[in-house]
Amino acid sequence: MIAGPRRVPVAGRIDPHRPLRFSLDGRAFTGYQGDTLASALLAGGARVIGRSFKYHRPRGFLAAGVDEPNGLFTLGEGNRTEPNAQGTMVQITEGLSASCQNAWPSVRFDLGAVNAWFAPALRAGFYYKTFMGPARRSWMTYERLIRRAAGLGAASHEPDPDRYETRYAFTDVLVIGAGPAGLSAALAAGSTGARVMLAEQDGLLGGTLLGDPVTGDTEVWRTRIEAQLRSLAGLQILQHTSAAGIYDGGTVVLVTRRDHCRPDPSAGEALQILTTVRAKAVVHATGAVERPLVFADNDRPGIMLASAARAYLNRYAVACGRRAVVLTNNDSAYAAAFDLLPHIDSMVVADVRRAIHPSLAAQAASLGIEVHTSAVVAGVRGRAAVRGVVLCLGEGRPRFRSIACDLICMSGGWSPLAHLSCHGGIKPRYRKDSAAFVPGGYAAGHFGAGALTGAFSLQTAVLEGWEAGNLAAAFGGFTRAADGLRPVPPAAAPWESANHHIEPVWQLPGARAGKAFVDFQNDVTVQDLLVAHQEGYGSVEHLKRYTTLGMGTDQGKTSNINALGIMAGLRGIDLEDAGTTTFRPPFTPVRVGALAGRHVGRHFRPLRRSPLHDWHLAHGAQMIEAGPWLRPWYYLWAGDAVERAYIEEMRLVRRAVGLSDVSTLGKIDVQGPDAAQFLDRVYVNGFARLPVGKTRYGVMLSDAGTIFDDGTTTRLADTGYFMTTTTAGAEEVLCWLEFLLQTAWPDLRVHVTSVTDEWAGMSVAGPKARAALERAFPGEDFSDPAVPHMGCRELLVERIPMRLIRLSFSGELAYELYVPAGHAPAVWEHMLCSGEPLGMRPYGLEALAALRIEKGHIAGSEVDPRLSLDDLGLGRMARLEKPFVGRELTARAAGGPKRPSLVGIECLEPGKRLRGGAILFAAGEPLKGHGRGYVTSVTWSPTLEKFIALGLFAGGLDHLGEEIVCAFPLKGERVRARITSPVFLDPKGERLHV
Amino acid sequence: MLRVHCPLCGERPYTEFRYGGDASRARPALGTSSLEAWHDYLFLFDNPKGPHREFWQHEQGCRQWLLVVRDTATNVVREVIVARNAGPGGGQGPGSR
Repeated sequence: MIAGPRRVPVAGRIDPHRPLRFSLDGRAFTGYQGDTLASALLAGGARVIGRSFKYHRPRGFLAAGVDEPNGLFTLGEGNRTEPNAQGTMVQITEGLSASCQNAWPSVRFDLGAVNAWFAPALRAGFYYKTFMGPARRSWMTYERLIRRAAGLGAASHEPDPDRYETRYAFTDVLVIGAGPAGLSAALAAGSTGARVMLAEQDGLLGGTLLGDPVTGDTEVWRTRIEAQLRSLAGLQILQHTSAAGIYDGGTVVLVTRRDHCRPDPSAGEALQILTTVRAKAVVHATGAVERPLVFADNDRPGIMLASAARAYLNRYAVACGRRAVVLTNNDSAYAAAFDLLPHIDSMVVADVRRAIHPSLAAQAASLGIEVHTSAVVAGVRGRAAVRGVVLCLGEGRPRFRSIACDLICMSGGWSPLAHLSCHGGIKPRYRKDSAAFVPGGYAAGHFGAGALTGAFSLQTAVLEGWEAGNLAAAFGGFTRAADGLRPVPPAAAPWESANHHIEPVWQLPGARAGKAFVDFQNDVTVQDLLVAHQEGYGSVEHLKRYTTLGMGTDQGKTSNINALGIMAGLRGIDLEDAGTTTFRPPFTPVRVGALAGRHVGRHFRPLRRSPLHDWHLAHGAQMIEAGPWLRPWYYLWAGDAVERAYIEEMRLVRRAVGLSDVSTLGKIDVQGPDAAQFLDRVYVNGFARLPVGKTRYGVMLSDAGTIFDDGTTTRLADTGYFMTTTTAGAEEVLCWLEFLLQTAWPDLRVHVTSVTDEWAGMSVAGPKARAALERAFPGEDFSDPAVPHMGCRELLVERIPMRLIRLSFSGELAYELYVPAGHAPAVWEHMLCSGEPLGMRPYGLEALAALRIEKGHIAGSEVDPRLSLDDLGLGRMARLEKPFVGRELTARAAGGPKRPSLVGIECLEPGKRLRGGAILFAAGEPLKGHGRGYVTSVTWSPTLEKFIALGLFAGGLDHLGEEIVCAFPLKGERVRARITSPVFLDPKGERLHV
Repeated sequence: MLRVHCPLCGERPYTEFRYGGDASRARPALGTSSLEAWHDYLFLFDNPKGPHREFWQHEQGCRQWLLVVRDTATNVVREVIVARNAGPGGGQGPGSR
């Protein structure tokens, strides 16, 4: 006879007519529809399914549900690899491929088990001490080895090919959990006429009832109430859906898994759906999970929770052994004993309690089960599988008894899943009669019911659920359901009570002697808790971080309460005074894909396109991302690589004329009788006396007196201005202007409107710019008197209104032409067509930026909120006699001669290049620390035939002509350079007036 | 997830809004020459547990700046009025980044 788990002839909830093939580490297995990976593996006789985290001890399944700490698998292959999936939560599908984790080269023969020999080194505080202490250097050495030996599964580095959806949902009542309490609550709320959502992480409704025999009374009840619920029109049932977290305003985030549907992303089918639910009221019916007992070698494969052994039998038709011992401190484990009995060869119950309820004892006796009270475990035999147990029986002079077994079902009581109720910051409270931490309260409109509240019987769950469902519906304004509709569950057995007559025991005597595991997933033992206590890490939050207890993917669902109980004992305090650690979302791991939804790749954030975007694409523009914008980087007419193309485009602008898309500039329409006064207040320089038809460059400061934004503003009328901002600052500037107008100066009669999208902009730049305009718009006067430098003319051409502003970013004669966005492609093409005899061509962002560097104009990387006007050499612009935002503090920000301020930098070493971000040092000084400044913008200057840059250097132009070193440690580069004026070209500005 | 009741647009998710900082102190009048007044306004903040007056802008709605009383302990928004109607008030805006 082969020991260990096997399939038995029990009806169960699997479909024996639908076999499914799957593989584990390449080995073929067969399961049935309805099996989880765990139940199918157990049915196939698998006992060791992984190695433990630190000590590489062989491990089997401990649980059958969401609390499983050991049975983690990597599912799928390649770009569909999903690490750390709980085998107890994965429904098998045809062709599923899974692999074991944390066992190299294999689960059965594990080289990592040598960790067990080094075990003392890996005990509590190992990571903490190694990170924080003098041994940090050795951590660098050993990190790679330890990470490989002690760890979880590895994620794929490839993009996730699956599709995820996010959505919002609204409901009157959300019921979380479809156990007896949740079913009852949903029926109550649904019967009031309220809209109800019922979320259940399992694929079936029933919660703990799914572990009952399918031939029993509770199944009849379960089936009936499910049918009632499904007949309610306003009730939506979400299966395979777990509540990940509860957030502000009672918002609940649900994650629906659809793995079992084998969704096809190319058909638009989602693997997971994340639902943000706004519910008027919420019923928490999340139930409870069973706790292990803590004794030496309690982690041997074949030792599992009693409720899990029972669920494997009744739900999946798997008996997890042939010779069973049940260890318990409460009544609930007897149900496992009774159900397993017909399918095994021997059964012994060892009860920690001195006495049990007479009717329970009588029932056990009538079934012929040997029950020992006052029994504890003295030892466990077997390594890769449990082979027997030595019990210590009786008080006073105990007797020892050795029992051969291949299955130990243990129960240390039940721990409510109070996590969600704590997400709002409400701490759980200890309920002594149930030896359980229960929700310490609920947010307004939230109600709890069932095992969550520490009342573990079916009858109380149904009653509490009914009440909570009614209260929740009433909170949303619905009238409570008639009590005649209340579902009545099967009667309880005479020994049953709401607390299972538990006598809490956090560790069995002698647990300190061997390895008695408290946290199975993170390999934390009683010994570790002892060390943590001795070293002063006794408070729950310290304990967690020092020992890593509860920090695994299971977040300590099976381990926390035992650990708290043991630590409270060590500290000599009551458990309720010890408290718990803080529960935070998510309740179960959530895939990053589900959080991202469809905000991936190009959809990660909105993309902005100029009205000329399509033209650019059709005419050889190579595009580049600039903030949210896609802009032409360079055009193929100038070369097929940016290094050559932008230089060709610069030559065009310096020698003839080019056309560039500047539609991305922020544009704000400023109107109102007080517009002039308003602009005088927000710009450092004056705008009130700017004549109509003239343009001025302006700088804005923040209240702190540092640079906020710059741009040009044109006066179109007495009461109307057209403001441009930097591309990056457009939204910030608008919000700031609105803030000032609405909160600080509500008396000013001014309105600001974004017109960024309404007006396209194109820059016509080069010595032949005026000729280009004259060819494009014959009959219009573009002479110097008609459109002087910094002047504006409004045109109406073919009924298209245009704004022509003569200003220059490149240092050449240049105009910005603004046209309504819808007309932009036509005007752009017209400009290029009519300018062709002049050699006019489009130029891109790289050339635009390089041209302005040659001219020393500041842009994005110099418009830095850490800098002052003086740092950028703009101090003389400020009209200090008028009040403006930031005036008072700009004086403070001016600083002294040591402040880094704007300089030009020219490369002195031909064949070498300057780089943005390079750190600047004086010649000859050691290249250490932060240096004297840094390079902000850099380009190759075809005009000067060398690399030039703008940068900030301590002392600024006081160092004009001095040699410096530009260091770029990331590439190990150092280049000799010289401080120059930031204006490399045409310092007198003569080219503006050709 | 926070929801803000915009007096003009109704109840909307916080993602439509821009946070604009502390509104509990009066902004020094334009041209106030006292550096101390600006220093206190810009750099000294209380960090209260409980009700807090702050500015929010319904950026993706009516674009109005709102004066919001939010409980910092519970994130419950207790009161919302249009800032323009609150008279010359205090506080910092987005430009103080």
